[in-house]
Amino acid sequence: MNKSRLRPIYSIPYTAWILLFVLAPIALIVYYSFFDLAGNFTLTNYRDFFTSVYLKLTISSFWYAFLITLFSLLIAYPTAYLITKTKHKQLWLLLIIIPSWINLLLKTYAFIGLMGLYGPLNALLEAVSIGKQQILFTDFSFVFVSVYIFIPFMILPIFNALDKLNPALIDASRDLGANSWTTFRRVIWPLTTNGVKSGIQVVFIPALSLFMITRLIAGNKIITLGTAIEQQFLVTQNWGMGSTIAVFLIVFMFIIMLVTKGKEKGASDHGKAR
Amino acid sequence: MERLGKLPKLYLAIVFIILYAPIFYLIFYSFNSGGGMSNFEEFTWEHYAAVFEDKRLIIIVLNTIIIALLSALLSTTIGVIGALAIYFMRNKKMRNAVLSLNNILMVSPDVIIGASFLILFTMIGVKLGFASVLISHIAFSIPIVVIMVLPKLSEMNTSLIDAALDLGASRKDVMTRVILPFIKPGIFAGFFLALTYSLDDFAVTFFVTGNGFSTLSVEIYSMARTGISLTINALSGLIFIVTVALVIGYYAISRKTKMPLAGVKK
Repeated sequence: MNKSRLRPIYSIPYTAWILLFVLAPIALIVYYSFFDLAGNFTLTNYRDFFTSVYLKLTISSFWYAFLITLFSLLIAYPTAYLITKTKHKQLWLLLIIIPSWINLLLKTYAFIGLMGLYGPLNALLEAVSIGKQQILFTDFSFVFVSVYIFIPFMILPIFNALDKLNPALIDASRDLGANSWTTFRRVIWPLTTNGVKSGIQVVFIPALSLFMITRLIAGNKIITLGTAIEQQFLVTQNWGMGSTIAVFLIVFMFIIMLVTKGKEKGASDHGKAR
Repeated sequence: MERLGKLPKLYLAIVFIILYAPIFYLIFYSFNSGGGMSNFEEFTWEHYAAVFEDKRLIIIVLNTIIIALLSALLSTTIGVIGALAIYFMRNKKMRNAVLSLNNILMVSPDVIIGASFLILFTMIGVKLGFASVLISHIAFSIPIVVIMVLPKLSEMNTSLIDAALDLGASRKDVMTRVILPFIKPGIFAGFFLALTYSLDDFAVTFFVTGNGFSTLSVEIYSMARTGISLTINALSGLIFIVTVALVIGYYAISRKTKMPLAGVKK
């Protein structure tokens, strides 16, 4: 085998891409995080980040991301499991995936109507005599819509993990006298944790940085790290502070990826969502 | 295989209803002659007519499509070259390092990509607008093309290359007549995903688009912020049809080439 004879010398555009669009942007974010509004080199942004305002924001951002991930997992796991049990499982999986291809903005926009004061959800509440509620612009609406958006990304890796599971193991467990719950806890769950981990990875990181859903559905009441960055960059024009928050978001991203890294090779390849 | 009981069936049905309800809700009200998304008055096509009459909106749709096609084409070209470069790398450590760099943009939150590209374009003096949006879309689509092409390359039997070389093929021949035909399904899948990434992107575009230039997602965002407008509903009906067609197309490709259904986007 002589691979080197074919080594392409024309890999320049790709290398240039890595330098210019992967390494340079991160370097620039870090660089800018050391400048204040007046353009002075300073560490104040980092000091400010640890003030109560930004710290509170970070904690609440993590809390919401945690809730979103938890509910996505709680709904997605059984769904993925049941789909593996259906007859045409690839078709059903495709049907789960289709909504995720519809433009995100449109789906979010739909919820403005669905959850509005005169929308069908409120009509339903009125019909069961609970009465009209303000659903839109609440924590509930924010978490609900986010979970809705992320569910397909959670289902897919879990489905892949469950689908690869050898059914003989489950039979063996049942034959050895384990009940369904024990089988699930001792056999199915441990063998699918890699799928769950990559599901958590593809939901938690984006959930930390959502910004259009907070604006459209949560009515600016909820601020995530993503909203804060967008605010600093495009509204306040304080690129320094925006970059500092971005630096922390990048750090959090790496930590989450380390924690959710699958032990087996190739585990995280499944259901890769950007 | 055990059959599904009643309760599990009900559960699945509820999940599917919730997944599709917003989409059909949007489409349903796109035919409403009343102004809003409650109280269906009468069936009408007027909102669809409005979409086709709105010159500004049509220009935005065209922009979106041009950006998607161009960025998919260019990112596929660069991505295929990148996948080849990674494949032919002998140093394993180096290869893993490049692969990790490749994947950074795929896991990075959009907000970070958008903000950092905004800084980059401002630094090197790229005017915000068509160029900056196009370049960003190329940049964030490249890694997905690499990811789709690499598995096909590693599936390839290397003795094919050796055989071709032994039979006197030039390097160019090996590339165009052995390697590229073999990895074609991966290239198509990559192109296809790059296309849909670009069509769907909101956050990155939102950061790097200037005042005069807009894509569909950005436009829908600003329309939605001002409230309900049934033109958006009509637009969503059209987009839904196009999306389903795209999904079926992708499904056909992935079935034919036994590619896993990896193409879920944000």
